[in-house]
Amino acid sequence: MRSTMRSDHRDDADEATTESNENRPSVVELADVSFGYTSTPVVEDISVSIDAGEYVAVVGPNGSGKSTLMQLLLGLLEPDTGTAELFGVDATAFDDGARVGYVAQRAGTSREMPITVREVVKMGRFPHVGFGRLSAADWRIVDRAIDTVGMSAFADRRITQLSGGQRQRAFIARALAGEADLLVLDEPTVGVDTESVDAFYGLLDSLHAEGITVLLIEHDLQAVTEHAERVICLNGEIYFDGPSAEFTDSAALARAFGTGAQSLAGGNG
Amino acid sequence: MTLAFAGGVYEAFVPVLELWYWLLTQLYHLTGLELISPEYTFMYRAILVGLCVGVIAPLIGTFLVHRQLALIGDALAHTAFAGVAVGLFLNGVFELGVSPYLTAVVVAVIAALLIELISEATDAYNDVSMAIVLSTGFALGTVLISLNAGGLAVGINQYLFGNLSTVSAENAVIMLGLFSVIVATVALTRNQLLYVTFDETAAAVSGLPVAWYNRIMVMLTALVVVGAMQIMGVILVAAMLVVPVAGATQVSRSFSESLLVSIVLAELAVVLGIGISYYAGATAGGVIVLVAVGIYVLSVLAGKVRQTAAPDETRELDSISHD
Repeated sequence: MRSTMRSDHRDDADEATTESNENRPSVVELADVSFGYTSTPVVEDISVSIDAGEYVAVVGPNGSGKSTLMQLLLGLLEPDTGTAELFGVDATAFDDGARVGYVAQRAGTSREMPITVREVVKMGRFPHVGFGRLSAADWRIVDRAIDTVGMSAFADRRITQLSGGQRQRAFIARALAGEADLLVLDEPTVGVDTESVDAFYGLLDSLHAEGITVLLIEHDLQAVTEHAERVICLNGEIYFDGPSAEFTDSAALARAFGTGAQSLAGGNG
Repeated sequence: MTLAFAGGVYEAFVPVLELWYWLLTQLYHLTGLELISPEYTFMYRAILVGLCVGVIAPLIGTFLVHRQLALIGDALAHTAFAGVAVGLFLNGVFELGVSPYLTAVVVAVIAALLIELISEATDAYNDVSMAIVLSTGFALGTVLISLNAGGLAVGINQYLFGNLSTVSAENAVIMLGLFSVIVATVALTRNQLLYVTFDETAAAVSGLPVAWYNRIMVMLTALVVVGAMQIMGVILVAAMLVVPVAGATQVSRSFSESLLVSIVLAELAVVLGIGISYYAGATAGGVIVLVAVGIYVLSVLAGKVRQTAAPDETRELDSISHD
């Protein structure tokens, strides 16, 4: 099932993607969701469905409600109206945290915290071990996750000594260590140098190819259109939901970001 | 007396205290150190309390400092002072015979929860709620003391500045109880506390009830503050939560190492501080903090030297595995 469309593109996009996804279970299901921190809604009447294995990017101008949408679908906020489900369960009641890997914008708030990459990645195992200690098998999973993101040489390095791109790789490794089915990334490349951004998206592409569902909230329109297979354009309400190739030339792009945005997205405009 | 609190728990810890007396007596016979002469058993208790503080303060302080809550200890110490005043007031007016440290535990824990409640209910910054609770606690303490000034003013100095000679057997047992609760709770919840400290949002996404772990953390802080208050005093107690941790952060390569190093630095400050204060006749709390700050300065220098001597850390990333 796909989202309730508002733009002209959405019906077409629905048909194109529904066919290939019809046998995939739904990972995220928002139905008629509205939410506001005050009486003014930040997002209104949002209906979105994301199926297992999809690579979806949410884009929108500043203040469009991207991060709010992310918090709603992760169960960190409760909708004022409508329903939000994660893996078929009410998102606010969802308790299988190991299935979701979360990478924040500049995660890890303490500037000087002496914590190594391995200690960060092992947090991914905490939902599995609860109050217990990590077993030898858990540590093998941790080391494999570090290896997967190409950070083995940095495993015992303090995370504060790493570049922005390296840190974000460590946070992805944490999600992998948790054996997450869904990877949610909130503007993960803010403040990351261009070369590291390319390597970062290469990593996301390979993880998606292995079957992980990727939900990316991103400001970099060109990166989104190059890597994600589906784009949701948000500005309080959904302007566009469809294949990323169609987004670059859509009216929704100009409507959300203004004329000239096509060039930022790598389109023809 | 502490009967209301201790009961059977008190009896359980008495053999531990007796074992400690025996150990230090043996050590005295070996070394002849006047500091641990059997004639001065109050020092045995003060050293025991000091060593316990040297473990639990940096243990909790490590989580607080990295959550940028370094000053919460100060706020809770001021409310613990109010708790002491409540205990002294009750004893003075109603002759209840309750230990002021027990009323301090109760008031500090309530204050700890209030800090969280104010932050959650009003969206205020943590330091705003801390400032409100700190001021309220100290105001309440001063009012209660002024209401019964004749009986209270004399004894209040020991709580403000700490005093080695006033650590009674009951208070040492209270400390052993607090020590057990704090160490056991951190041992049980270390994974969760680390996750919440490092990345609160990711911890919430992983299913942890973050608000509850925040409450556990501030309540443990309240217990540490009351325990440490006996020898550190209200005014200096927060230093033991922060200074050893700040020193350990400079020289440690990992979080687990920083926990261990901060405890070692704190114990060093406690042992040296008690020793110096005994022979110099100075207030133990002040000397311990000054020694801790001296150790911190050395740690900063050691950290800078290590940073300068570190090899070039600009290695390329490994390639991404596709196994």
